[in-house]
Amino acid sequence: MSVGSDIPRVDGLDKLRGSTTYIDDLVIPGVLHGGTIRGPIARGKIRRIHFDPAINWNEFVVVDHRDIPGPNEIAMIENDWRALAAGDVRHKHEPIVLIAHRSIRKLREALRAVRVEIEPRPAVFNPRGALTPELIQHGDDNVFKRIDIHKGDPAAVFKQAPHVVEGEYHTGSQEHLYLETQGMLAYRQDGRLVVRGSMQCPYFVVNALTHLFQKTADEVRVIQSPTGGAFGGKEDYPSLLAVHAALLAEKAGAPVKIIYDRREDMAASTKRHPGYVRHRTAVDNDGRLMAMEIDVVLDAGAYVTLSPVVLSRGCIHAAGPYYCENVHIHGEARLTNSPPYGAFRGFGAPQTQFAVERHMDVIAERLGIQPAELRRRNLLRDGQTTATGQVFRDGTDLVGILDRALELTAYDEKRKQHAAHNRAHPYLRRGVGLACFFHGAGFTGSGETDLASEVWVDGLPDGRIEVLTAQTEMGQGAATILAQIVADRLGLDMSQVSVATPDTARVPNSGPTVASRTSMVIGKLLQQASDDLVSRINPTGSTTGKAVRDAIRAWHVANPGKKLRGRAKYHQPPTINWDEEQYRGDAYAAYAWATHAAEVEVDLRTYVTRVTDYVALQEVGKVINPTLATGQIQGGVAQGIGWALSEEVVLEDGVMANSQMSNYAIPVAGDLPPIRVYFEEQPTPYGPRGAKGIGELPMDGPAPAVINAVCAALGTSINAIPLTPERLMEHLEGDDDG
Amino acid sequence: MRVLRPTTLNEALEMLAADGALRPIAGGTDVLVSWHDQSKDDLNLLDLSPLRDRLGPLQLTDDFLELGALTTYYDVIASPEVTSAFPLLAEAARQVGAIQIQTRGTWAGNIGNGSPAADGVLVLMAYDATVILQSQAGFTEVPLDRYYIGYKQTVRRPEQLIIAIRIPRRRREHEWFHKVGARSALTISKVGIVVVKDEQGWRVVVNSVAPFVCRCRAFEKALTNGKVFQDSKEIRQLLDTDIAPIDDIRSTARYRATVLSKLLYFWLAENLPQTS
Repeated sequence: MSVGSDIPRVDGLDKLRGSTTYIDDLVIPGVLHGGTIRGPIARGKIRRIHFDPAINWNEFVVVDHRDIPGPNEIAMIENDWRALAAGDVRHKHEPIVLIAHRSIRKLREALRAVRVEIEPRPAVFNPRGALTPELIQHGDDNVFKRIDIHKGDPAAVFKQAPHVVEGEYHTGSQEHLYLETQGMLAYRQDGRLVVRGSMQCPYFVVNALTHLFQKTADEVRVIQSPTGGAFGGKEDYPSLLAVHAALLAEKAGAPVKIIYDRREDMAASTKRHPGYVRHRTAVDNDGRLMAMEIDVVLDAGAYVTLSPVVLSRGCIHAAGPYYCENVHIHGEARLTNSPPYGAFRGFGAPQTQFAVERHMDVIAERLGIQPAELRRRNLLRDGQTTATGQVFRDGTDLVGILDRALELTAYDEKRKQHAAHNRAHPYLRRGVGLACFFHGAGFTGSGETDLASEVWVDGLPDGRIEVLTAQTEMGQGAATILAQIVADRLGLDMSQVSVATPDTARVPNSGPTVASRTSMVIGKLLQQASDDLVSRINPTGSTTGKAVRDAIRAWHVANPGKKLRGRAKYHQPPTINWDEEQYRGDAYAAYAWATHAAEVEVDLRTYVTRVTDYVALQEVGKVINPTLATGQIQGGVAQGIGWALSEEVVLEDGVMANSQMSNYAIPVAGDLPPIRVYFEEQPTPYGPRGAKGIGELPMDGPAPAVINAVCAALGTSINAIPLTPERLMEHLEGDDDG
Repeated sequence: MRVLRPTTLNEALEMLAADGALRPIAGGTDVLVSWHDQSKDDLNLLDLSPLRDRLGPLQLTDDFLELGALTTYYDVIASPEVTSAFPLLAEAARQVGAIQIQTRGTWAGNIGNGSPAADGVLVLMAYDATVILQSQAGFTEVPLDRYYIGYKQTVRRPEQLIIAIRIPRRRREHEWFHKVGARSALTISKVGIVVVKDEQGWRVVVNSVAPFVCRCRAFEKALTNGKVFQDSKEIRQLLDTDIAPIDDIRSTARYRATVLSKLLYFWLAENLPQTS
């Protein structure tokens, strides 16, 4: 059985050997190199675009908003994101003009020879700052989206609560820092507009192209090239870049490639939404949560883009994996004059779960209850409901997960050791911290119904199998596990199953590769499509293995030249009910659950925090490929530790000023502890062999676990990340200039 | 862009004498990184790489260590003799960028580039290195602690080339290097410090806290006089005359000054308990 086995990743050897062809490696005869002229300030009216007469502009293809055949909009939730600025700019680095040339050297010279004159207007940089009329740019209050989740009657409970604990928590932005920067190629072939590039969601790019060029889906073809990392950063932004490359290619009548260098990529592309979360919690004398009021503000940047759904996932996860009968969660995504913030692993949930998990430690401290015990008393039990009223009954023992994580950490013993150490050592302080958290798999609410994903499993004439989906491999292992699921269902060896390159001329629309949905939603559909295939070939004796292979061959002999295709399309299980208006019901078909524990050592000479040990225990349903799953968890934890401690996006004029790998510090191996990964497996009926989503979960817990550990080590309360050494110094030393 | 490639040292010195705007380049690990932001036409380079044999790796005698103008960080890391005679050179070298940088970047280039954050300059200055400059007129030897006169400004005249670095061999009582960056490797110093005590006295050298890598002479003097520090604030006040840290994209002035004084305080407490 290949599900549950450590099958080596199917794309592994080529990547190891360096023979994988990324988009910038493709050699295209006659290709032009495209580049982008961007706005120099955050907001203002475009007065004039000055092209230096020293350059012979006749050699260049030049595109501005007047070259757009249809609406100047990137198709997304509200279609407000402009492909190219027209009349005004709304954030620094907003694309205004595109140019292309055969010579990359001449392109770079020309990019320096264009000057955009802007008449400045007042800009918004703080989503919670006071608004004057000249700062209003959306509706009458700059709020892109509001969400309210109501459960019970919190106001009444607060009046009689023995304890009310308040807290305010801030999380910074974060850069994806995928190894391969954004890159896209556009050209015409057989009368069709073809776009190839680094992306997560080929059909999102199809939608962007058909909308802006006013074409039908048949007139465009989008092909994913091998993608060197994404983390959400290639969910939304490739739609813009594809449109840019296509505008240049259509005007030039020649293939055009746009490859961002690292600086442009970091400065101009999307990032994680900065978050501001306020908690007010009523607690009884035993530490039980009586009522929670949670106020979430996300900085959305200058355009709506995906912010409403990021806010939605953030709000749904804001109360944590705890039971509370009275809850009000209010969320707002607000405009600022920064480049639009976008999809990033976790999608709003890391921001809100940082807040609730820090707040649990604050409550524990206030009531004099151990942080682990406070969580044990409040974790969801079978039959209880979440903030949206979803009944928790997936059989997972959340208290058992917490207790096993404590044991793996040697939590109690470490706390004693740390206390002794901290009394004796002149400048090193040690502490251990926890986070209990969860992450919903798949699109929120009725999102999967709206996507109506379709997948195909083809039986080839030689008896082999080809899996056709729009799911993209971006380093996370999707190509391997999808093949594993089909091989497992059909009883075939992995070598008999290949996975098609996502090419919209060949694969069906199975939705985007986002939202921790691939294993669970697409995996389940592939099982159904495999069954559909079997039902078409009537194998004799057995429905698996050699019998299937023989029956496929026999079918092709009987039906020469025809396609043998098993199909499946998503239909929401009748047990899942969601009310989009009231934000009530089953927000997700299934959740993954986790307790993580971090041990830290803080150096009071330098204020540097080092994570010295890390236990990551999670329940993710059936683990399809233990090595790949462990890699996902370890990578997410590393990304979470970076977000917590060192990855500071320094904003100047609303954009990232430290847009270099030397000045934006993701952790290197030497900064990371051993990350000890453990799984519990509680199968869900909604996933293949019970698998749930895993990709985003490990981003949610590390930041609160690490900061809770720092607070334990220092006996203080820190409520903002990244906790750079400079910030820790300011926190500990205050205004005293010592 | 113009690149001149001399085949002999004399030719290199002739070229420098003829064009004072020429910029000598060895490993290129600084010049080529900043290349990205500049108009490439502005670059006017004297490529020294053909002179590797002449400006060769290193020479260790009973009295001194001499590094050539093209000696790389890795040349030092790879020499057990040098590593044992001057341990902080290797310790600092291992923290300069990645191994790719260590095999290309040179000690002389680190001096020539003049970054206030230079890790190589930090240890060389603490070991009392001198810089040997040559022009067509002859040689000059300048102590490294008198080489810089401002941000990226040095006493080197345009026609002079750094041809070697010389470090005296002395008996040392204390030597300590500590670099604080944004992560444990592949990082640029926010604060760097080297403390050396040898037969000629104390040398305390710091980087990233002044327009150039410099000695903390007031603090050295206090150590020489056997001053006892009650706390790190006292050290910080004393350092005010030695350093002038600023806020920039990597850190803040306050952090740099605070951390420097705390590192020194706790080092003294551990190594010279009588002084604190």
